[in-house]
Amino acid sequence: MKFKIPSSKVTSLVLLGVLLITAVVFVVMRAGPLAPVRVTLAQATEGTLTPALYGIGTVEARRSYFVGPTAAGRVLRVLVDVGDTVKAGQLLAEMDPVDMDNRLTALDASVARAASMIAAADAQTADAAARKELAAISARRYLDLAQQNFVSSGAVEAKVQEQTSADAGARAAQANLSAAGQDLSRLKAERAALVQQRQNVRLLATQDGVVVARDAEPGTTVVAGQSVLKLVDPTSLWVRVRFDQGRSAGLAPGLAARIVLRSNPATALAGKVIRVEMQGDSVTEERVAQVAFDVLPAGMSMGELTEVTLNLPETPRTLVLPNAAIKRLDSEVGVWVMAADGLKFVALRLGQSSLDGRVQVLGGLQAGEQVVVYSEKDVGAKSRIEVVSSLAGAAPKPTQAQAKP
Amino acid sequence: MISLAGRDILHSWSKFVFTGIGLGLLIGVTLTMAGVYRGMVDDARALLTNSRADLYVVQKDTQGPYAEASSLRDDIQRSVLGMPGVARAANVTYLTMQVRRASTEVRAMVVGVEEPGQPGAPAYLIEGRHITRNHYEAVADVKTGFVVGDRIQIRRHTYDVVGVTQRMVSSGGDPMVFIPLADAQEAQFLKDNDAIYNDRARTAANPAFNRPGVPGLLEAVQASQSSNHNVNAVLVQIQPGWDAEQVAEPLRRWKHLQAFTRMQMEDILVAKLIATSAKQIGMFLVILAIVSAAIVAFIIYTMTLGKLREIAVLKLIGTRDRTIAGMILQQAMGLGLIGFIVGKVAATIWSPVFPKFVLLEVGDTVIGFFLVMVICALASTLAIRVALRVDPAAAIG
Repeated sequence: MKFKIPSSKVTSLVLLGVLLITAVVFVVMRAGPLAPVRVTLAQATEGTLTPALYGIGTVEARRSYFVGPTAAGRVLRVLVDVGDTVKAGQLLAEMDPVDMDNRLTALDASVARAASMIAAADAQTADAAARKELAAISARRYLDLAQQNFVSSGAVEAKVQEQTSADAGARAAQANLSAAGQDLSRLKAERAALVQQRQNVRLLATQDGVVVARDAEPGTTVVAGQSVLKLVDPTSLWVRVRFDQGRSAGLAPGLAARIVLRSNPATALAGKVIRVEMQGDSVTEERVAQVAFDVLPAGMSMGELTEVTLNLPETPRTLVLPNAAIKRLDSEVGVWVMAADGLKFVALRLGQSSLDGRVQVLGGLQAGEQVVVYSEKDVGAKSRIEVVSSLAGAAPKPTQAQAKP
Repeated sequence: MISLAGRDILHSWSKFVFTGIGLGLLIGVTLTMAGVYRGMVDDARALLTNSRADLYVVQKDTQGPYAEASSLRDDIQRSVLGMPGVARAANVTYLTMQVRRASTEVRAMVVGVEEPGQPGAPAYLIEGRHITRNHYEAVADVKTGFVVGDRIQIRRHTYDVVGVTQRMVSSGGDPMVFIPLADAQEAQFLKDNDAIYNDRARTAANPAFNRPGVPGLLEAVQASQSSNHNVNAVLVQIQPGWDAEQVAEPLRRWKHLQAFTRMQMEDILVAKLIATSAKQIGMFLVILAIVSAAIVAFIIYTMTLGKLREIAVLKLIGTRDRTIAGMILQQAMGLGLIGFIVGKVAATIWSPVFPKFVLLEVGDTVIGFFLVMVICALASTLAIRVALRVDPAAAIG
């Protein structure tokens, strides 16, 4: 018995020692710089992917109208307010006509006076005509008398001169009459012009639309071309979308679009690219496209932020890898392939990629090869690795982004 | 030959083992403190390693982007790309802020990066995928606690977490959240709505910008105020065969920018940015090491004092001094060994729980092991002196 007690003590102490040493070895090998890098692998498999373009944009009106005066002036009254629906031709606002009405009255008087002038000229013409006739008769009589030598040649010459003067007087009266008529036409035209101008200070709606801005209030002085009201055509709303130049390959009119409004992030609205602008933005390095809604939703507001996704045609079947596997080593892009003697970097030719993070491999990899996808740290050719099924605590679940419509 | 030390340990093994474990926990604390210090320095290095840049191009006369604020126009990146020896250059922005998820907040460094694969972007993931959209997607460090599928709030926008990475931290140890550059520029420089409205009103009230005869001027001025094209740094990778300094020199001279090489940036981070807090921890480590050594010494000393009577008996039966000294030394070393192993295991187990990175270096462990052994040996000399001076008569007296 006495011999046994120390023996059990020895056994337990030895056990304790072995346990401690095992723990140290385990700890040194599992943690710290000597520990292997845990990685997950994926097999390169063939598949297709649907590349997509993603851009953000704002809701804008395709057509908007600035209504304002063509000459500087003061706003007299504004009849509509923001949000009002207006019809084409409707009076929206009026500029102060200042003295235009008085000038019209003055012109009216001038026109009346011109009519009187015509009457006067007419009477003068009649008078001149009578004188002319009388002078002609007198002249003829004196010529007859002169042939019978009843009157001196001097008296005849005086009568002939009288007739010439009477002719000239008649022509002058006729000219006066036409001048008075032309004067009347001029004044009438001037009046018509003034009436046009008077009409022009009335600002009318050029199109059916909705008032979106009321920029000037009655009493404000505006210069020529400055807008008093802004109208938009509510049926012409579209989205002006900006796509990063680097991720805009394939952008073309006609692509189907999914539009998500910031006010309603859960619903994707259908639309279509109807225009791709030739002129991009060199500062923001973006391309601009216009996307129209298939069915315009009610209650849209302009300036709202939207996210637009365009699906491009499906790619042909090639090898496909997750983009987390793609690494850059010096100037080459490739993947770490699990070879028999460790990891090997293989440069790849990559094709298109999809928004859910998969990339087309066009060359450099064989189907079925195992590549490193996730790793705890940067791996290299000399890394000691340990392959695990998942690095994150929980099993990977479908990502939010993948679940996006 | 029987081992005196072994017999003695067996005699009161529970006391011996528990003393060893207690000692071990103390050593564990010391090792952890060393790990905290190393972790701090390693955080700074990890920041640089993860950026995968050979050169950091920042605003002239600043030591940005980590140690000081730096602001550059984002098109500088293109002129940097055109310089000799530059292989790749990428804009990057850094902003430390509170990132919201539902009702919780996480302190994180928000990094605006260009395409995956460019300098600055995370090189590896542990879950999910890289960013594929150029807006409103994020890759977060696992320390943020975010998982793939989370929706997080940065300033006014909501971002989908699409990937999780690891060990991507700022020099202060804050985990990083990577978002597309354009979003980060907006997050960094876009003011809140109230401030924007205030600014608009302020501009509108300024007669210089709101002239009655110049319609459109006010709108033009206000539009120019809200755009931002600044970044904090341009990260540069150089072509093989070029020396970093060789590439940096023309940038400093002709582009009127500051360019730091990896070594210089490391110096700025380690020697300047975290110097004080690192020294603070270092000081604490020194004191802790001294205290631990003192406690080890006293434990061994008191253990020996408790056995004085037995030693006297040993002397009485004619045991040689060498044997007695050997016994005490072996016990001290054994205690140290157990303590060290327990300490090392304990430190390794609890270090991942720390909120910031704790790096237990092999070198530190080896040095620690030898230090523990030397301290134990030195402490045992104190005990041996007492043991040898014991009068054999004390055994019967």
